[in-house]
Amino acid sequence: MNYYSLYDVWPKSDSEGVRFLTQFLQQLINGISLGSIYALIALGYTMVYGIIKLINFAHGDIYMLGAYIGYACITFLGLGFMPSLIISMVACAVLGILIEKIAYKPLRNATRIAVLITAIGVSLFLEYGTMAIVGPTTRAFPPIFSNTTFEIIDGVVINTTQIYILIVTFLLMVLLQYVVRRTKMGKAMRAVSTDQDAARLMGINVDKTISFTFAIGSALAGAAGILVGIYYNSIEPLMGMVPGVKAFVAAVLGGIGVIPGAMLGGFSIGIIETFVSGYGSSLYKDAAAYAILILVLLIKPSGLLGKNIREKV
Amino acid sequence: MKKLLSSKSLGALIAIVLAYVIVQTLIMVGIVDDYYQILLVTICINIILAVSLNLITGFTGQFSLGHAGFMAIGAYVCGYITVTMDQQFSFLLGILAGAVAAAFVGILIGIPTLRLKGDYLAIATLGMGEIIRILILNIEAVGGASGLSIPQFANWTWVYLFTVATVVIIKNFIDSTHGRACISIREDEIASEAMGINTTRYKVTAFAIGAFFAGIAGALYSLYFYFIKPDQFGFMKSIDILVIVVLGGLGNIRGSIIASVILPSISSYLQEYPELKMVIYSLVLIVIMLLKNKGMTGFKQFIWGKIRKNQSAT
Repeated sequence: MNYYSLYDVWPKSDSEGVRFLTQFLQQLINGISLGSIYALIALGYTMVYGIIKLINFAHGDIYMLGAYIGYACITFLGLGFMPSLIISMVACAVLGILIEKIAYKPLRNATRIAVLITAIGVSLFLEYGTMAIVGPTTRAFPPIFSNTTFEIIDGVVINTTQIYILIVTFLLMVLLQYVVRRTKMGKAMRAVSTDQDAARLMGINVDKTISFTFAIGSALAGAAGILVGIYYNSIEPLMGMVPGVKAFVAAVLGGIGVIPGAMLGGFSIGIIETFVSGYGSSLYKDAAAYAILILVLLIKPSGLLGKNIREKV
Repeated sequence: MKKLLSSKSLGALIAIVLAYVIVQTLIMVGIVDDYYQILLVTICINIILAVSLNLITGFTGQFSLGHAGFMAIGAYVCGYITVTMDQQFSFLLGILAGAVAAAFVGILIGIPTLRLKGDYLAIATLGMGEIIRILILNIEAVGGASGLSIPQFANWTWVYLFTVATVVIIKNFIDSTHGRACISIREDEIASEAMGINTTRYKVTAFAIGAFFAGIAGALYSLYFYFIKPDQFGFMKSIDILVIVVLGGLGNIRGSIIASVILPSISSYLQEYPELKMVIYSLVLIVIMLLKNKGMTGFKQFIWGKIRKNQSAT
């Protein structure tokens, strides 16, 4: 029997169709890499929204701080990738808890607008506070992986950073699913997001559960920050703004409050955005995410995996 | 007619005329130089923006983060018409067209998105503002990224006139039946719907009126500062307006006007430290929301309450 690898079967001819297909696959790989970063950020949005119905505008900025903490670990402390990743995740988790305790907890029973405005305030504070400390300049992220590219099939390449991004994202998502589905804390999280008052009556420490949710979400954002720093080689204090909004769009697309939805949404937004800039115009790249948002809100506001919930009076 | 000539509105009229006469004299005498005149115009444009956003966010309770988008539409439509027609009073037509265009877009976007509740609406309007900005960036007819130059038609008098008109119209709208309907939506949407108020219609109306005046503000901005770029109408501009509204107090027109005077004055002193300015802005947002969420007047009450408590304790 003869075994053929994909490489042998793949046509070598330079025809129009093959070129189209290789370009398509290449865009898909780039899109999935970008999408996994959006997915990591979107998970934090969706969990926090699921538990206290708050759009945590500051989430994108925690991602930015994750990138800066990773930068500090690698440049000043000379640490490797894994220690830096863990330090920045832990630091971001602590930061997330602090933000929740200081800014959001006193407003637990306030109007939605009040909490949203506070969230925007926290976001601006983190952005410009960081800018005041580290300066507004863009910094080059030190290259941490050898920039080797692997050719999967003719003309379709993947580099080390992309492989790392995919592996780290995959592991974190598996871990998250385990925490949410299999542990006691995950059970508490699910209970609080279903009905906060009932959960409290059942003896669940609601405040602790909310803090834990912020910690996990922020840790994931911190991981996304350091990964994107390595991927794009540059970081700046306002880098969290646009990805933050796009990740939120991803969370809405997948169905806000639904964890698998955030992953699906994140990958979709990443892929769509890469295709828009690859085949259309890169000027419209940012508009694509917003257009998707408005379309989703018009057609199916509960998102791809969300359920329709009746309004209770 | 009786109502129009009541002592209260007569007093307001006298105050409006007096304020104009005083400032105009100061300009003539030369105490208010060009620098302060620019500051004055900035304040007036901010008043229009803040009062119109307050109608949407403060009175109707719909959280909009895309106010700068409406301003951009007003600025660009007005700028384009003024540049292409090039008549003496074409700029007035431009202002009207800009405002109508902004209101039209407001209705177009308002009808689908206003079905959404608070936080979804915030993100949808944010997205809308960004889409408007990106579209303008890609339209070559209005200069794209390099911007559009417009002859300077507006002066302080025109800006003042439009500011007064905006405040009077929005104040009257809020005091009318329609305005009360809007406030009831803010207080409890479900209850007001049960009372027979067509909530969607009133929300869209408030949104359109807010957009209309934001369009006027944008048009005046383009006509006074005679050069506009898409970057000037980004997300941060919407936040700037929101900070004014929040500082003045949600649902408080007088507060919005006072905050519109205070904030640009402060930020003109902090021009050399843009980061510091934004840090202060962000702290304003957080602290005011944490302290009772009522703006400056609420802050005063809060402080007084603390003092009284201390006195009774000792």
